[in-house]
Amino acid sequence: MADKSSSSAYWAANLRVIYISLAIWFICSFGIGILLRPALSGISIGGADLGFWFAQNGSIYVFLVLIFAYAAKMNKIDRDHGVDE
Amino acid sequence: MDQFTLNLIVIGLSFALYFGIAFWARAGSTAEFYAAGQGVGPVVNGMATAADWMSAASFISMAGLIAFGGYNNSVFLMGWTGGYVLLALLLAPYLRKFGKFTVPEFVGDRFYSTSARMVAVICLLVISITYVIGQMVGVGVTFARFLEVSTTTGLLIGSAVVFAYAVFGGMKGITYTQVAQYVVLICAYTVPALFISLSLTGNVIPQLGLIGGYAPSGGDVYFLDKLDQVVTDLGFAAYTADTSNMLNMFLVTMSLMIGTAGLPHVIIRFFTVAKVSDARISAGWALVFIALLYTVAPAVGSMARLNITTTFWPGAVQGETFSAPALSIAEIDSNPDLAWIRNWEKTGLLAFSDKNGDGLIQYFNEPAPLVAANKAVTDANAALAAAAADADKAPLEAAVAAAITARDAVLAETNLGGQSLAAQGIVGNELTTVNNDIMVLANPEIAALPGWVIALVAAGGLAAALSTAAGLLLAISSAISHDLIKGALKPDISEKGELLAARISMAFAIVLATWLGLDPPGFAAQVVALAFGLAAATIFPVLMMGIFSTVVTKEGAIVGMIVGLVSTAVYIFIYLGWFFIPGTNMLPNTPDAHWMGISPAAFGPIGAILNFASAYLVSMMTKAPPQDVQDLIQSIRVPKGAGKAHAH
Repeated sequence: MADKSSSSAYWAANLRVIYISLAIWFICSFGIGILLRPALSGISIGGADLGFWFAQNGSIYVFLVLIFAYAAKMNKIDRDHGVDE
Repeated sequence: MDQFTLNLIVIGLSFALYFGIAFWARAGSTAEFYAAGQGVGPVVNGMATAADWMSAASFISMAGLIAFGGYNNSVFLMGWTGGYVLLALLLAPYLRKFGKFTVPEFVGDRFYSTSARMVAVICLLVISITYVIGQMVGVGVTFARFLEVSTTTGLLIGSAVVFAYAVFGGMKGITYTQVAQYVVLICAYTVPALFISLSLTGNVIPQLGLIGGYAPSGGDVYFLDKLDQVVTDLGFAAYTADTSNMLNMFLVTMSLMIGTAGLPHVIIRFFTVAKVSDARISAGWALVFIALLYTVAPAVGSMARLNITTTFWPGAVQGETFSAPALSIAEIDSNPDLAWIRNWEKTGLLAFSDKNGDGLIQYFNEPAPLVAANKAVTDANAALAAAAADADKAPLEAAVAAAITARDAVLAETNLGGQSLAAQGIVGNELTTVNNDIMVLANPEIAALPGWVIALVAAGGLAAALSTAAGLLLAISSAISHDLIKGALKPDISEKGELLAARISMAFAIVLATWLGLDPPGFAAQVVALAFGLAAATIFPVLMMGIFSTVVTKEGAIVGMIVGLVSTAVYIFIYLGWFFIPGTNMLPNTPDAHWMGISPAAFGPIGAILNFASAYLVSMMTKAPPQDVQDLIQSIRVPKGAGKAHAH
């Protein structure tokens, strides 16, 4: 294992990525899909309004991009801190 | 070739494939039995996870739930996919670094306590056993419909198949079988959807068809607008209508998300990959394969809803809903494209009755006053029929007459298509049962697709149920043989002995699941709420605290799990009956009676908060975790040095 200071820097970087990712996760599903749907009803995607589309399809696409982006970012952080396998 | 032979061939071929794979990949060691020797690639693991995760509920029931619940039931779409974000970010990489075989094993080591491990075993068994019952019922129903055997025979065939490949193959056999099952189930789900989307919207991609134009009217009306118009004409809520209870929708979604991340049979799939970075990316691949089905599901549900509605009101296709008469019984019996109506009527999942004797089946949503008035007539007639032969029947006959008069008044006031029901001679909705579950299984027949598509859907439904059942049985058997027997009762058991114990406990679990599935305690729908609620309130919080907190103690973890388990179970039992025994509920299961409008299915996040809060509170009052546990926490937080898992 790396020494104490570099491993706590690694953990802090890891947590920062998690906080940002969770914010995106929350906004695309609970935010646009549920809480903000009435406010966003004027915007439409084809035959659906934005909130409805995010609840039924859009949020899933965001989740997908989010996990792959997270995995790529974490691989880079692993390498930068010398803790990759 | 008739449909039955075709079903038999397609299902038989798919089963031969599963057996072949299971024989080729049979497990030889405990590492292979529990975690497929940790040699599974991330894409293969993602595909197996998708098959493991997508159960009979996802394949058979979800599109039907969305079809009839519309926007409100988007909770399943977001909840059952968003959980993978939590798995990838918060659990999978760290648990893979920990490098052992089961969820309770992590709880036991991190909270330096065999008691904590045993509480986790109890939570795991309650969650997994309730879940597996639903799968066995799904297997029975699918076999019964497509192989034309009884539900019991269907269930026994399904159990024998799972027994054959899960007991011998272990995680290794299950993993590669699940890959094959994924391919079968995703083809079975998407192929009919492509056909139906093309015919309804002119767009072969269902995800685009959902937001595209309605083809039979030339495409100048959006498909969703057409659907909303047709169902609201019949008195139903619009498909895209807003939710009436935003708080509850929020909490149900959250419960399904954190419940998904806390399901043991899903978590153990991430123990099978070779390294931490593979665990992260594997969650992404799992979601790719899941999203292929989940983004198609709303199109399948909404299009099946429109198809079944326009089948009963043929005028709705070209013009307005009431521009032509309702479907006639003569048409049902003479048109081969409508043979599915009689076929499904036999299963009891679809029922109609020509109440007014006009030879037409009028399908609409009865408003509440009409439901009440019709019930009053039925009750009065029942009272009259039940009266003793020598009793004075005059008052009872008067009551029937009064109920009919009251009902006729309601019929005169209720409009359908701009005219009162009384003027049209309609007495009530005549399509009396449309079970959610037939929306996917009957979909290809409703859309008049070729016979091989119907057979493929049957094989897909079986693949979905069997793959999930196998994953659950593995989680149950590893908890018993690895955590209970090796971890507590007989720590000096040899590897060979443990492997035998794992196989015996899996065989036992299959027998138990089959027995419960033969006579389901009549609560299949409710137990799903329990399984997710408990996973959300017990396993997810304890794993989170184990990884992200250095201060939570063994006492804290044990108290937290028990508080989460008991509070969630009690809240569900208050509304659904103690241990689901009908009539023992203390409050009615209606939105008005729910505490702050929170339904039993939505309580998971609250149970989780209670778990976190009580665990931290108790940890403040007890002795901090020892140094070797602090070292363990630091070691799971960095990916370096994951290596092979070891069995102590």
